[in-house]
Amino acid sequence: MSQTITLKIDGVEIKAQPGQKVIEAADAAGVYIPRLCHKPGLEPFGSCRLCTVLANGRPCSACTTPVVEGMVVENETESLQNFRKQIIEMLFVEGNHFCMFCEKSGNCELQAVAYRFGITAPTFPYQWPHREVDASHPDILIDHNRCILCGRCVRTSRDLDGKHVFDFVGRGCEKKIGVNADSRLADTNADISDQALDACPVGALLRKQTAYQTPIGQRLYDLEPIGSEIESTGNTN
Amino acid sequence: MTKPSEAVARQACQDVNLDPTRLLDVLHIVQKECRCVDDSAIDAIAAEMGIPRVRVDGAVTFYTFFTKEPVGQITIRLSSDIIDRLQGAQEVADALTDELGIDFGQITADGLFSLHWTSCIGMSDQAPAALVGDTMVTHLTAETARLMVRSLREHKHPPKLVQELGDGKNAHPLVHTMVKNNIRQPGSIIFGPINRGEAIRKALGMTPVEVIRAMKTSRLRGRGGAGFPAGLKWEFTRAATGDRKYIICNADEGEPGTFKDRVLLTELPDRIFAGMTIAGYAIGAQEGIVYLRGEYAYLKPYLEEVLAQRRVEGWLGQDIAGKQGYHFDIRIQLGAGAYICGEETSLISSLEGTRGDPKNRPPFPAQHGYLGYPTVVNNCETLCCVTKILENGAATFSEFGTEQSSGTKLLSISGDCTAPGIYEVEFGVSLQKVLEMAGATQVQAVQVGGPSGQLIGPDQFDRVLCFDDLATGGSIMIFDQSRKILDIVHAFMEFFVEESCGYCTPCRVGNVLLKEGLQRVLDGRGEPADLEQFEQVGAMMKACSRCGLGQTSWRPVVTSLQSFRDQYESRVADDPDGFRRSFDLKKAVATAEKITGRKSVHA
Ligand SMILES: Cc1cc2nc3c(=O)[nH]c(=O)nc-3n(C[C@H](O)[C@H](O)[C@H](O)COP(=O)(O)O)c2cc1C
Ligand code: SF4
Ligand code: FES
Repeated sequence: MSQTITLKIDGVEIKAQPGQKVIEAADAAGVYIPRLCHKPGLEPFGSCRLCTVLANGRPCSACTTPVVEGMVVENETESLQNFRKQIIEMLFVEGNHFCMFCEKSGNCELQAVAYRFGITAPTFPYQWPHREVDASHPDILIDHNRCILCGRCVRTSRDLDGKHVFDFVGRGCEKKIGVNADSRLADTNADISDQALDACPVGALLRKQTAYQTPIGQRLYDLEPIGSEIESTGNTN
Repeated sequence: MTKPSEAVARQACQDVNLDPTRLLDVLHIVQKECRCVDDSAIDAIAAEMGIPRVRVDGAVTFYTFFTKEPVGQITIRLSSDIIDRLQGAQEVADALTDELGIDFGQITADGLFSLHWTSCIGMSDQAPAALVGDTMVTHLTAETARLMVRSLREHKHPPKLVQELGDGKNAHPLVHTMVKNNIRQPGSIIFGPINRGEAIRKALGMTPVEVIRAMKTSRLRGRGGAGFPAGLKWEFTRAATGDRKYIICNADEGEPGTFKDRVLLTELPDRIFAGMTIAGYAIGAQEGIVYLRGEYAYLKPYLEEVLAQRRVEGWLGQDIAGKQGYHFDIRIQLGAGAYICGEETSLISSLEGTRGDPKNRPPFPAQHGYLGYPTVVNNCETLCCVTKILENGAATFSEFGTEQSSGTKLLSISGDCTAPGIYEVEFGVSLQKVLEMAGATQVQAVQVGGPSGQLIGPDQFDRVLCFDDLATGGSIMIFDQSRKILDIVHAFMEFFVEESCGYCTPCRVGNVLLKEGLQRVLDGRGEPADLEQFEQVGAMMKACSRCGLGQTSWRPVVTSLQSFRDQYESRVADDPDGFRRSFDLKKAVATAEKITGRKSVHA
């Protein structure tokens, strides 16, 4: 028997199912909470911290926090939006993101949240790290310059593809995605049909030879800002 | 000649019965025998244990003490902690690089030595100190560092460096170290009289619920830093459903400037183990695990011996102290050089044989801890208090201290004072009093609670040590007027950059940005706007970081900015022409000038 839970997000009452995370309940109600590492169908991860909300006054990640009856959630407050801007900027300066040359432009979730938050240039200094590209695989490219360490490929490969092609190696600012071989993706059992490739929110994991099938200008976030897909389908009541 | 790493790795996997949760033990063996965990070892471990190789790779590259490239037969790890630095670690470092002919991070041509900086090794009261193999070498000078290298060249056996033994159990044959306890002020609780066995006998004469009630009556709060009420934590864990439960002793002591657990493990391990046994009885656990920081490996053989003796005496094992049906035993897991593993959920990840990443909460360890079972994690000192509370009664314990902070607290005092070491004080004592006890004069600043605590100046020395004022896990670092505040803060930020696990954005990137921003200020390229940005980044890290590390690691910058604002403001300025002072045009065009072979007209 599933009882319905009632909670409030920014003063609006919404219904949720027990066991749901705050972000899932918000999605279903048509309330967009910014996110990058969260992807429906994958185990909650909680690394990007973009979804940080206040639940009963305490900060927490909406993608990992379960709903509780009577919970009062604050989402679009000025200070939270400011924190989120900082986080997005940090992800930009930490890697090497050249949107103008990137084939993911327009379909990139990092670029899209930046636009949604009105970020044109980061106020933090660029780190210009040296990062590698692994083009060893005939059909797949890994560009570490653009990786935001969201772990979506890791979880998808492990839990949906049943392969464990990817996992994290290194610690701190040296942390990166590793592959299940000495060093090259070509030496793993990664395959062009892996769902993991569709999990990447940015242009770090790409299918070769597919770059410009959809012209710039007609891509997902060229048309509507990220989040509008949630805001338009949900039923706030 | 070293054995092929593959064979060593396979054997090590067999030794732990192919149990992937024992991966750390396997990696320790391989690292020790092969001086690295190379790709063929990683392949062998993955194949033998039937786990993905990238998972093994991920663990190897997470822990400082495991390396994919070979280290020397003898590793010299010099403590990079600020106290060690202020007491001459740099001169020691220069002597070592000169004597060995290598830089830090390098290995000598004959493979005998490698040289490394390492985060605080828990010897701030006898700094500068280094970890040579598993041997602690304290009170180093440039001169003794050179002599050390020379004698190592001859005998190649770090334990032989120990000539004068430390006091107390430091001189025990199984410890055999030059480390000193420096117990300056023993109090009547932790260091009070010992009535061996009494606490367990009393506990087993009560029901588990009564034992938990005693903890609540004593108002004991955790001594590891967070100060969570012990009785409540036990109650949650007891109430949680699970086929098995665990009690874990957090002996990962990694907060720079903290060394009191080292002394407890040396002098009072029986009290810690008794506390675990009592906790196990109260929550319904049959297994306890001590997570011992890798730097304290020199204590492991001795602690194993103490455990063995307790089994012989019936304090561990089946039907403890004659109580039918209460079985309990303890094992020790050695860490591998990762400060984050002191955070309880990281500690659990590490115990499970993976990278020491913190876990999402909820669920909390009390519901879903080690291997998914309800788990209590308690600090060494908390467990000593438990034993004492059972021995003397909850009321006696709570007579000490304040309403919100009962009992006594061990302080690890280091830095500019005449008597660095361990002090057992009653909660509620003023910082001023503590400074007097330690013989500190001309004090400019005190870092209370380690880098993640706060840096305060003399105007606040009348504040008191307790959970609702100056909370501390025990670290008190004293800096006199000759010290440069911003250098201290910079060293703390270096520590956090080094030790962040890298899982979440705010901490992974935020610490780097704060450190670099501070460097700009130190270099005279800072702007007033930078100071504002430090505060904003700090507020974001506090709210958005995933665990306690990032939630507090901004504090060295922001608390020093509050207490010593003039030191920052005197170094920052706006550019008269409205340019960004942080932008270095010369540096920016240097590569282009080199490539074109022409000088820029503007730079
Ligand atoms: C980054 C970090 C490091 C920590 N290191 C330690 C440690 O070395 N020892 C310790 O007892 N607690 C440490 N803690 C606190 C533990 O998470 C946990 O609260 C404590 O072990 C619980 O025991 P207690 O309630 O007895 O204090 C650390 C916490 C954080 C966030
Ligand atoms: S705050 Fe985030 S990056 Fe830092 S140690 Fe905790 S989980 Fe890791
Ligand atoms: S979406 Fe919740 S932390 Fe990334």
